[in-house]
Amino acid sequence: MDLGHNILSILIWLPIIGGVAVLIFGDEGDSRSARASGMRMLALGVSLLTFLLSIFLYRNFDTAVATMQFVERVPWIESLSVEYYLGVDGISAPLILLTTFITPLVVIAGWDTIKSRPAQYFAAFLILEGLMIGVFAALDAILFYVCWEAMLVPMFLIIGVWGGERRIYATMKFFLYTFLGSVLLLVAFIYLYVQAGDFSFFSFINVQLTLLEQQFLFIAFLLAFAVKVPMWPVHTWLPDAHVEAPTGGSVILAAIMLKMGGYGFIRMSLPMLPDGSEYFAGLMIALSLIAIVYIGLVAIVQKDMKKLIAYSSIAHMGFVTLGFFLLWSLDGGTGAELGMTGGMVQMVSHGLVSGAMFLCVGVLYDRTHTRQIADYGGVANTMPVFAAFFVLFAMANVGLPGTSGFVGEFMVILASFKANFWFAFFTATILVTGAAYTLWMIKRVLYGEVANPQVAALKDLNRREYVVLGVLALSVLLLGIWPAPLVEMMSATLQQLVEQMGQSKLAAL
Amino acid sequence: MTWNDFAPAAPEIVLLTLLCAVLVADLFVKDENRAITYWLSLGTLLLTGVTLVATAPEASTVLFDGSYISDSLSQILKLGSVILVGVGFVYARDYLQQNKLLKGEFYVLSLFGLLGMMVMMSANGLLTMYLGLEILSLSQYALVAFDKDSKSGSESAMKYFVLGAIASGCLLYGISWVYGVTGSLQFQDIAAAIIANPDLSAMPLWFGIAFMIVAIAFKFGAVPFHMWLPDVYEGARTPVSLYIAAGPKLAALALILRILGDGLGVVHESWQGMVMVVAVLSLIVGNVVAIAQSNIKRMLGYSTIAHVGFILAAVFCGTEQGYSAALFYTLTYAVMVAGAFGVVILLSRQGFEAENLGDFKGLNARSPWFALMMLFFMFGLTGVPPWVGFIAKVTAIDAVLTSGFPALAILMVLASVVGAFYYLRVVWYMYFSAVEDRSVLQAGFETRVVLSLNGLAVLVLGVLPGWLLKLCIDAIG
Repeated sequence: MDLGHNILSILIWLPIIGGVAVLIFGDEGDSRSARASGMRMLALGVSLLTFLLSIFLYRNFDTAVATMQFVERVPWIESLSVEYYLGVDGISAPLILLTTFITPLVVIAGWDTIKSRPAQYFAAFLILEGLMIGVFAALDAILFYVCWEAMLVPMFLIIGVWGGERRIYATMKFFLYTFLGSVLLLVAFIYLYVQAGDFSFFSFINVQLTLLEQQFLFIAFLLAFAVKVPMWPVHTWLPDAHVEAPTGGSVILAAIMLKMGGYGFIRMSLPMLPDGSEYFAGLMIALSLIAIVYIGLVAIVQKDMKKLIAYSSIAHMGFVTLGFFLLWSLDGGTGAELGMTGGMVQMVSHGLVSGAMFLCVGVLYDRTHTRQIADYGGVANTMPVFAAFFVLFAMANVGLPGTSGFVGEFMVILASFKANFWFAFFTATILVTGAAYTLWMIKRVLYGEVANPQVAALKDLNRREYVVLGVLALSVLLLGIWPAPLVEMMSATLQQLVEQMGQSKLAAL
Repeated sequence: MTWNDFAPAAPEIVLLTLLCAVLVADLFVKDENRAITYWLSLGTLLLTGVTLVATAPEASTVLFDGSYISDSLSQILKLGSVILVGVGFVYARDYLQQNKLLKGEFYVLSLFGLLGMMVMMSANGLLTMYLGLEILSLSQYALVAFDKDSKSGSESAMKYFVLGAIASGCLLYGISWVYGVTGSLQFQDIAAAIIANPDLSAMPLWFGIAFMIVAIAFKFGAVPFHMWLPDVYEGARTPVSLYIAAGPKLAALALILRILGDGLGVVHESWQGMVMVVAVLSLIVGNVVAIAQSNIKRMLGYSTIAHVGFILAAVFCGTEQGYSAALFYTLTYAVMVAGAFGVVILLSRQGFEAENLGDFKGLNARSPWFALMMLFFMFGLTGVPPWVGFIAKVTAIDAVLTSGFPALAILMVLASVVGAFYYLRVVWYMYFSAVEDRSVLQAGFETRVVLSLNGLAVLVLGVLPGWLLKLCIDAIG
């Protein structure tokens, strides 16, 4: 087996096989037994190995070309022309790296906080990791869809088994909402297959479609991706799911699963349905602005920390969709590319920052078992190191220059300025609302007098938590100060994409 | 006539001979040795299966003056039903023993039913089809009532019998009209007569078709002829419910493919509308009503109705692609539902009948492996990848979209979202609810192995469906 040729398959199957091994090997009886700790080491080992292999992918990734790299293509279901077709380009590679980077952190974060059925817990995360990488690497619509939906199953169990009090309501809502969104995507894929002859994304990009067809298909795509992003008004599952999920589940949801909506838009809606996208660009921009302004305001009044971060995620994901759909409001190509680059950087940055914020809340929750802001106060007095980290991530969430949050937001605001003053005006309100909800939460939780005996008894970060938050803090700063490698990685692909979007499919008809 | 003239019919001949032997042997077996009947029945199935494979004809062969056909469609359906009946026997054994129901009748009646199914699958004319259907139906009526002390069993058997007799009457009546119009009972001759004289596809033929569709819809359990199905699933003993849910669905598929496809395929415009109405109603009613069920057997009954809607939607296309999609869907559906009933049988032991959804509470804590298998079946039935239900859904939607009915395709997927709720509820009870009963499920060695294979088949077929899809396409082509 040649590593260079099969690296994507290895990245997908290693965690899945590892997850099955953990499930078989794991001892459900006692979470402190030697066998249970061996199982944890196995889970960590598998996720770290996957990360190292993805570094190999990064090292061998050619940033100069826009075409797919590390392509693997074999027939899978011949009678349906379905292929096992994998490949990465500048859009998917950063997201795969994000996935492999976050998963080991989630494994470490759940190390000894998960008491019941740890083997099933870690197995679910590893299988989920493989499926998520599959979503980003798939170039065949059915393969993509298989990973896209199969992913719901481990997450359904993670929220339902290890979640909070209202976990069953939250997880059923999560599953049904996303399932409803994605079934129409399946119909759209099969419709495109009937037109194009096979399921490859490139056939879908090349097939000719009328405007009416593109409009219907766009709506089907939109439902699937908008639920995942999530965009206003189909965002309501997210606060529930986030609040009830265990910390690890929240991190994966916010850091990676939300990115799949954005990825869907940029990988499918834009190049496959350029005229449909143009037709609906105004709607998309409007929905994005509503998310940024309105959801930003909603976040301010939240009393629950996880809910606050969940709403903040929705607002920040508004930047992503805004950046992607600016093309038709701009005359030149550079502005559009800037907006898209901004959207992509924002996805990666938000993955790190929101993941870190949820981990911080998890640290507090593990100690006190409450997420209510009102139950805290003066935490900085008892947990100074933790407070430093939390403030750093809050600043990144606000978009302070020097943190990763700044880069993407700035690019999108800049691009929207070129498009229309009012877009930029509304977009920039996040600088105010974002600061308001994040910093106000920080103030109420961290500063002031020690609020109650529970807070007074808090212990600062242990070594495990220190490592997780430290690694995330470093990457947030690194990406903020020196985003060039990330931007370089995707520039060639995005350039090509902007060209593709400019070519109407209607002319040839 | 030589032996070679009979060879394609050898599976039925072998099955009939052996099952008569089982019937006689069972007379001399004492109650405590009843397992002998069980092993003899499994042996019968094994030999029938071997004969099936060994005598598979190269090309489709017509026997007995055109009333019997052996082709790849009949081969694949027969093999499927033999396996499903065998799987049902394995699941049922411990349950029957513990409920003092381990009697020869169960096996003999099941085998007679299988004979009926196989005759239907090989029917090349309307009369043979009717003959097979009656052999199957009479065995099923008796099976439902075979626990003679059960009131609900007798009640549902009565209901099933009365309604089933009406449906058979409808079929016969329809057959007589079609015969009157076309002058033939053989499918190829019917098709030829219609092609030769296009004026035939007028009112009288229509009338006959309508009656036959009533009967087909009844046997499938499609709305509005579905009333018997949940009652029978609930009233019958669980192994009998399993039997009715799995194999006979394959026979019903043969019924519809042979009559509407082989015989009346040339006038598919005249039955498309009726099948569409039945399919749409089944999709909606089945899925919506299943949500309200608290009894797992009734829930699986309504879910069957919903899946029948999917199958009929594929048949509705009237294309080869649609027929092969329906075939693939039915085969995989039967595998999944057999497994689901298998777990229900496992749960009900020692005089305790697991019927309520609540009985699944905390199953993950009691027996994680069986809970995982049930999870496979539930997600498979929902149509979530990577389980095989998803591929079945894709083939059916593909057929519908290729024929140009996007609205029906959208209705199908939306109905499956409604369906997701009640399947997920089982997973929710198994994984998320607190344990009430800590006892571990007891299962014999064969049950353990077969159930695991059943569950893994649902997963493996979903990941590697290519070969079965190809078989289904070849069977229709």
